[in-house]
Amino acid sequence: MKVRAQFAFVFNLDKCIGCHTCSVTCKNVWTNRKGVEYAWFNNVESKPGVGYPKQWENQDIWNGGWELKNGKLELKSGSRTNKLLNIFANPDMPEIDDYYEPFTYNYAHLKNAPLSEATPTARPISQITGESMEKITWGPNWEDDLAGEYSKRSKDKNMDNIQKEMYGQFENTFHMYLPRICNHCLNASCVAACPSGSIYKREEDGIVLVDQDKCRGWRMCVSSCPYKKVFYNWESGKAEKCVGCYPRVESGMPTVCSESCVGRIRYNGIMLYDADRIEEFASMEDTQDLYEAQRSIFLDPNDPEVIKAARAEGINEDWLDAARKSPIWKMVMDWKIAFPIHPEFRTLPMVWYVPPLSPVQSQIDQGNLPVGPDGAIPVAGAMRLPVQYLANLLTAGKEAPIESALNKLIAMRSYQRSIHVEGVVDTRAIDAAGLSEDQAKEMYRYLAIANYEDRFVIPTGHTEETLDDSFGFQGQNGFTFGNDTSHGVSKITLFPRRRKDTVEPKEEAPNS
Amino acid sequence: MNLHNFLYGVYPYIALSVFLLGSLLRFDREQYTWKSDSSQLLSKANMRLGSNLFHVGIIAIFFGHAVGLLTPHSWFQSLGVSDMAHQMVAIWAGSIFGVMCLIGGVILWIRRMFNARVSAASRGSDKFILTWLLITLIIGLSTIPVSIGHANHGNPGVMIALAEWVQSIVYFRPNPALLDSVDTIFKVHLFFGMTVFLVFPFTRMVHVWSAPFGYVSRPYQVVRTKRKL
Repeated sequence: MKVRAQFAFVFNLDKCIGCHTCSVTCKNVWTNRKGVEYAWFNNVESKPGVGYPKQWENQDIWNGGWELKNGKLELKSGSRTNKLLNIFANPDMPEIDDYYEPFTYNYAHLKNAPLSEATPTARPISQITGESMEKITWGPNWEDDLAGEYSKRSKDKNMDNIQKEMYGQFENTFHMYLPRICNHCLNASCVAACPSGSIYKREEDGIVLVDQDKCRGWRMCVSSCPYKKVFYNWESGKAEKCVGCYPRVESGMPTVCSESCVGRIRYNGIMLYDADRIEEFASMEDTQDLYEAQRSIFLDPNDPEVIKAARAEGINEDWLDAARKSPIWKMVMDWKIAFPIHPEFRTLPMVWYVPPLSPVQSQIDQGNLPVGPDGAIPVAGAMRLPVQYLANLLTAGKEAPIESALNKLIAMRSYQRSIHVEGVVDTRAIDAAGLSEDQAKEMYRYLAIANYEDRFVIPTGHTEETLDDSFGFQGQNGFTFGNDTSHGVSKITLFPRRRKDTVEPKEEAPNS
Repeated sequence: MNLHNFLYGVYPYIALSVFLLGSLLRFDREQYTWKSDSSQLLSKANMRLGSNLFHVGIIAIFFGHAVGLLTPHSWFQSLGVSDMAHQMVAIWAGSIFGVMCLIGGVILWIRRMFNARVSAASRGSDKFILTWLLITLIIGLSTIPVSIGHANHGNPGVMIALAEWVQSIVYFRPNPALLDSVDTIFKVHLFFGMTVFLVFPFTRMVHVWSAPFGYVSRPYQVVRTKRKL
């Protein structure tokens, strides 16, 4: 047993309102730079839809993630030798148009335009070429709130074994939001695919980072990540990805996307796992067993054996304490209401999702749909979202665990309703769903109230143990003895200069 | 010192020094800029054909030059490789890989110059080095008819002179006089070739140093620790 700690997430989709605050705060902090205008470390997709980049979930197109070849775990895109043979032109590499061509608008023209009959317009400008764009035909969230034709949106891979025609009808339409970030996988395929060995997992918290100095831009990580969450900065020529806001996390703060989440849907916490068994659990024969397999890789922080082994690995007491209070543990292990996204990619992702409820309230009110024993709360099978769709997204198609989770979420509501509306405790629903009263109360506290302290249980990174003189490190970020944060004083350099400015309209806005 | 002596007696050392020291300095000081600088994200069209032809061609040409020019004459003789056989292999291999490289290079050059996105994202050095390599290649390919002429007369003298000149440089006994009897086209090719080494550290060419062979034997997962070990 080799105990490691992982900084993990749960996103409660039931409460995601698709406001994109996470995306925008993340963008402002991490990707508002030249070369990554098109990159969204955090994005929110409207589902069903092909997503960002287009069809990212369809590995028949992108060959991302892992697969079993003769019982052995192998990158779907090919062996190491195969990677080197394809290094001059990566056959699985997405093109910028698969994301979208980044654009801005010539806003200054609105103020500078000479007097004319027609109202001046701010034309779109490509942030790559700086030229005017005729027409914007795709964007970072083109399918927002089910925009666009159903025939195109329903190319969504999760619709594979679902009767598409049925859900194309207006009355049967369903919709959910899917916020996505890097999954900081336990068995990351981007790390495995990197020819230079520049991508790595941090032992302390499991955050996956790209060493910007060591990256040579071979692009294998971009195609090998099945979630398409490694991006190629076309300006710097380096791979960039979600950094798990590690400078914040090291200080005990939640990630920017989690902190700013309006719906309080994001949970950050620690999970202990057995690093010796990654390969074993990622190699399950049946992809539908991968969800359960990943659950069994997690180690109980209350188990004395685990505690002993964790201490032997140098894991601090406050980390063990955080693991015991982890909101992730409660949702993944205790209540079993959170699921890994696309476990069939075999990467053991560490952002888990609570599936959304989608009651058809007007139909329930009219008595057209079955309800639970309390006569008001709907049942899992009569929701808008087909369980199969959620299962295709979260459990490789296995419906039972999803149905069980939905039933628990419903039962918790039924139980709370009986207390607050009827004034009489009714445990029929939670009994049927297999929840105790304590669990139902705790679920209510974590999911409905979602207090800051419950959502975010983040121990600090122990720099005092990793640095010889942590006080001496203070202030080092601004002025270093290397050239990593300075650009020098000379205007002339022989080596290619970094161009830092993003493309903005050439016409300056007049000073008011 | 006349121009000939400078170009073939001094310039090689300038080029090699800048090549080695420049690479070292850039790796040491500016590793963030050390990259292949791929533009595949911006345009995929013809990349597989163009880039593969170009790279396979140029790598084969590089090693062909290295083996053909740096192996001492006596080694070839003791291996039983006659001068004419050597010259014929050089002509054939040079033609095949040279044409491969040329086709790929032209595809990449057109893309680099005329694809709006790729062109906009290119630095001056990107356009310069690709153009320079192509010119060097075209001059190199135009030496082939001359070599065939020599071969038809059963005269490997020029090839041997070129190899001896390269070896004279490598052994720090520069002897520009060895090139006196060599056709001008070869000398022009030499100048263009040496200049590639000269500008190497200041362009994207540095990614050549980082060919990731270590990947083949590396474990898939990489974990780094901050712990003091």
